[in-house]
Amino acid sequence: MASSTGEAPESKGTHQYQPRDFKVVGTTPLRPDGVDKVTGRARFGADMNLPGQLVGKVLRSPHPHAKLVSIDTSEAEALPGVKAVVTRDDFAENEAHHDILCNIMARDKVLYEGHAVAAVAATSRAIALKALKKIKVVYDILPHVTDVDEAMKADAPILHDDMFTHGVDPMPTTASNIAGRCEFGHGDVDAGFEQADIIIERNFKTAATHQGYIEPHACVATVTSDDYGELWGCTQGHFVLRNVSASLVGMDVSKLRVTASEIGGGFGGKTTVFLEPVCLMLAKKSGKPVKMAMTRDEVFKASGPTASSSMDVKIGCTKDGRITAGFAEVRYQGGAFRGAPADFGAMCAFACYALENVKAIGWEVVTNRPKGAAYRAPGAPMSVYAVESVVDELAKAIDMDPIDFRLKNAARNGDKSSYGPKFESLGLVETLEAAKNHPNYQIPLGPNQGRGVASGFWFNFGGETCSTLNVNQDGTVAISVGTPDIGGSRASMCQMAAEELGIPYDQVRAIVTDTSSLGFNDTTEGSRVTFSSGMAVIFAAREIIGKLCERAAMMWDIPVEAVKWEEGKAIPAGANAGDFEPLTLAEIADAAGGTGGPIAGHHEYNADGAGVSFGTHLVDTEVDPETGFVKILRYTVIQDAGKAIHPSYVEGQFQGGAVQGIGWALNEEYIYGDDGKLQNAGFLDYRLPVASDLPMIDTVIVEVPNPGHPYGVRGVGETGIVPPLAAIANSVSDAANLRMTELPMSPPRILKAIHQAEAAE
Amino acid sequence: MRYEAPTTVEAAVSLLSAEAGLAKVLSGGTDLLVQMRMGMMEPDLIVDTKRIPGFGDIVEENGGYRVGGAVPSAELNEHAGFTAMYPGVAEGADLIGSTQVQGRATITGNLCNAGPAADSVPCAVAVGCVARIAGPNGKRDVAIEDIPQAPGKTSLEKGELVESLFFPAKPANTGDAYLRFIPRTEMDIAVAGCGISITLDDTGTCTAAKVAIGAVAIKVLVVDEAAQALIGTKVDEAALDALASACSAAAKPITDKRGTVEFRKEVVGVLAKRAAKIALDRAKGA
Ligand SMILES: Cc1cc2nc3c(=O)[nH]c(=O)nc-3n(C[C@H](O)[C@H](O)[C@H](O)COP(=O)(O)OP(=O)(O)OC[C@H]3O[C@@H](n4cnc5c(N)ncnc54)[C@H](O)[C@@H]3O)c2cc1C
Repeated sequence: MASSTGEAPESKGTHQYQPRDFKVVGTTPLRPDGVDKVTGRARFGADMNLPGQLVGKVLRSPHPHAKLVSIDTSEAEALPGVKAVVTRDDFAENEAHHDILCNIMARDKVLYEGHAVAAVAATSRAIALKALKKIKVVYDILPHVTDVDEAMKADAPILHDDMFTHGVDPMPTTASNIAGRCEFGHGDVDAGFEQADIIIERNFKTAATHQGYIEPHACVATVTSDDYGELWGCTQGHFVLRNVSASLVGMDVSKLRVTASEIGGGFGGKTTVFLEPVCLMLAKKSGKPVKMAMTRDEVFKASGPTASSSMDVKIGCTKDGRITAGFAEVRYQGGAFRGAPADFGAMCAFACYALENVKAIGWEVVTNRPKGAAYRAPGAPMSVYAVESVVDELAKAIDMDPIDFRLKNAARNGDKSSYGPKFESLGLVETLEAAKNHPNYQIPLGPNQGRGVASGFWFNFGGETCSTLNVNQDGTVAISVGTPDIGGSRASMCQMAAEELGIPYDQVRAIVTDTSSLGFNDTTEGSRVTFSSGMAVIFAAREIIGKLCERAAMMWDIPVEAVKWEEGKAIPAGANAGDFEPLTLAEIADAAGGTGGPIAGHHEYNADGAGVSFGTHLVDTEVDPETGFVKILRYTVIQDAGKAIHPSYVEGQFQGGAVQGIGWALNEEYIYGDDGKLQNAGFLDYRLPVASDLPMIDTVIVEVPNPGHPYGVRGVGETGIVPPLAAIANSVSDAANLRMTELPMSPPRILKAIHQAEAAE
Repeated sequence: MRYEAPTTVEAAVSLLSAEAGLAKVLSGGTDLLVQMRMGMMEPDLIVDTKRIPGFGDIVEENGGYRVGGAVPSAELNEHAGFTAMYPGVAEGADLIGSTQVQGRATITGNLCNAGPAADSVPCAVAVGCVARIAGPNGKRDVAIEDIPQAPGKTSLEKGELVESLFFPAKPANTGDAYLRFIPRTEMDIAVAGCGISITLDDTGTCTAAKVAIGAVAIKVLVVDEAAQALIGTKVDEAALDALASACSAAAKPITDKRGTVEFRKEVVGVLAKRAAKIALDRAKGA
């Protein structure tokens, strides 16, 4: 029963969960933004226009690595219709955001093809493009490196002469492209390998991929003559965008108001800034609103793809399938600046297993490629691909069912995780058991068909969060959240508020407010929104319930302790309290003017207790032995959601993760030429899966409640992309009877591997 | 940049001939407009053919079909007589882009864009398609395989345009087919392609064949050795293997982001074999 006395909520700690019978949570109402999105009325980043706005365009480096000797903008500035030109000279040094500054506008060097060198605001696109051609840039071309292993070599071209590897003791005194080293694990792996009956050791490579969001980065900015700025644009985190942009442009945070538009996908790629500070600077210099939008070519060359990797994995097990030791060394390049998620890769590599002896080393490397950004469970899919491939091979080697093998070694409650902390509550075993019992695991396979299994893990995140609920006079409720909705979260927020308050879903409406209307909110990332903003909404609703009880007490003239809230109504707490007709939320709201004015609830906190999420994927493929073409026959995602607030949108996350994983596994890749230039900066040759490539992705939502959330919610946005690379590789290996160790498994690579296997026989 | 939409072939020819700068013919525009948007070319003159009478028509001629230069592939593929006669050509045209793209895209444009991977071209070559070209010196008929020369380059002279494509009457017991390889299932560009036409006699022996391969050289290639591998046989496994080898040997592909030399050479042979089996069934009236 939904009931609460409205005492101050305890927002910290991991013991929030209370079982209850849900009325609204767990149903699948339509999302508030749905109609606008399917009718084309929704306003995305490029849909905002201001009177008199200019068009902003960026001049980008054609070279992957060069000294920026000089930039002459005089001819461009003289062109009629050009209202402002900005270069590095317009941005002051910025210690806090040094790398971001260097990335949004090159300073001493250009570090990748597509690196911004200058930007123009003009009265038309044609004039802006013409002006770019009139900017004279003198480059002093330097040798470049785009491959992670090459970049680590001693004689590699060095990107930053002040980069000394972190995490190595003593810190090296010569500069290198190795930004950092990290290590996780426990036990003694050498001793563990001694105990093994079988050891398998392999090297793996994965290509860099792009999040592939359909909406290119876009924004509109305006700055008044007294230096107040406003910016609209597509972003996963308008508070962070505001803070960083204000800092780079040299404004007080209070003087910049940022509104997040609807967003056409982000997947982590819209957690940072690219155009926004440049757009503000152009607006400031020109005194006019400026709109900027990237072309698809710019999105590929100059936004933030994920890391490519090179990895060594060694795992040993006994004949009866107990893993005695696991070792992984992962090398990730994350583009031209620090930040390749090698740490997360090393942490997630063995997270599915309870191991006595485990060690994972991560190397973070820079290369002449665009600065990487987050991509769904950043760093985890690659290392898990490597580990889960070897796990699959071990299971095959000892002739054990791959799910049984995983069950035998799976992490359980109370186990020490491979990355340090003790697991408290996790649903890995439940996903494995559900996989084993799934009808798709029993379907007989035909010739050239194979079945693959893999599990994966993601930490999930809580973070700084702040939400407000306002009760309207007619009894409806307005929710203000500060986390952009990229997966249907507004619907989930409404469900949670409706659940607490005991009112119907359609009487609650959620919006994502601008940065001046709420306190700071962390970005929509880390699968945190339904967990963190959702919990803030629940606590704010509970605050409102307390106030509603107070107002009812006032209306009945009884002490507040004698009132309780039940099923959307205030009722006397017991027989002694008096005999009153229940008061609905609408009745109390209607009378609010006479009982103290508006009623609102608010919650602000730094959420912790985000529950980890595990998933297991099953995939059947068919490999054409004559062409190497892989067809995905069946795909099943089984993942722990803790509690699915809106099951359809949870499924959507599962399916989306699987599909992005399918693309990563089979065809997506950043292809560089020897010239250090990206060869496939477009959707024709950067091959995202299309609808006809995919079967319906089946889903199973496992619900092992997260103790850290009142309803048991775990984030679900990221785990879904962790297992697919391995699951598909394992399936392809099974179908073609070989082991693929490089992604993507594009047809030419598979056909080559088939011939190599034939030759070896 | 000027846009003209003349209503006679003669007017189109004189506009094209008179232009000193870059003049481009516009049929469906699904290549041309995309290339312009991408900044790959900036024509000074665009001559749209869609208002010229006859350019949008499909007419029977000597037991075959004459297809106007501006007929979109969607219309061609809804023409019952044409698709019954040349299902392989229709299938090639049906691979172009999506339904929306096919509402505009023409085979003539596919041919004159001179992309080596053009999907409607190899099978049209295999069935003996002939282009009627109009130009300052009148009209001439040319086998379509002689039009593309290299990526983006054709044998058309200044002032010339393709008025129509003629698909001759299909001989008895003849079947055609086209297959391409793409790493996905749609919306992709051929990594290798093969169009084939096979004619049988009453005993099921192959008497004539034409094989054209795409995306494995700078232009579509007619592989005579491949046709010879089939002629005189019952198109059995041995003949099919010889066909595949001939196609692989004739291919002169490059390694690029879409595929490697070895891959393309091998797969074009696989496609030839598979297409030949389909064409064979069709020739047998199956
Ligand atoms: C999304 C998308 C997907 C695509 N997928 C495919 C595919 O799968 N396979 C494929 O082969 N192609 C594909 N294409 C390319 C294109 O659609 C085809 O090449 C199409 O057949 C071109 O025909 P069109 O009439 O649109 O040509 P246009 O763009 O009008 O013309 C193409 C070229 O031919 C010239 N030209 C046109 N008509 C004449 C004429 N009468 N005489 C002389 N020159 C002429 C033009 O000047 C231009 O250079 C795709 C295009 C898009 C946009």
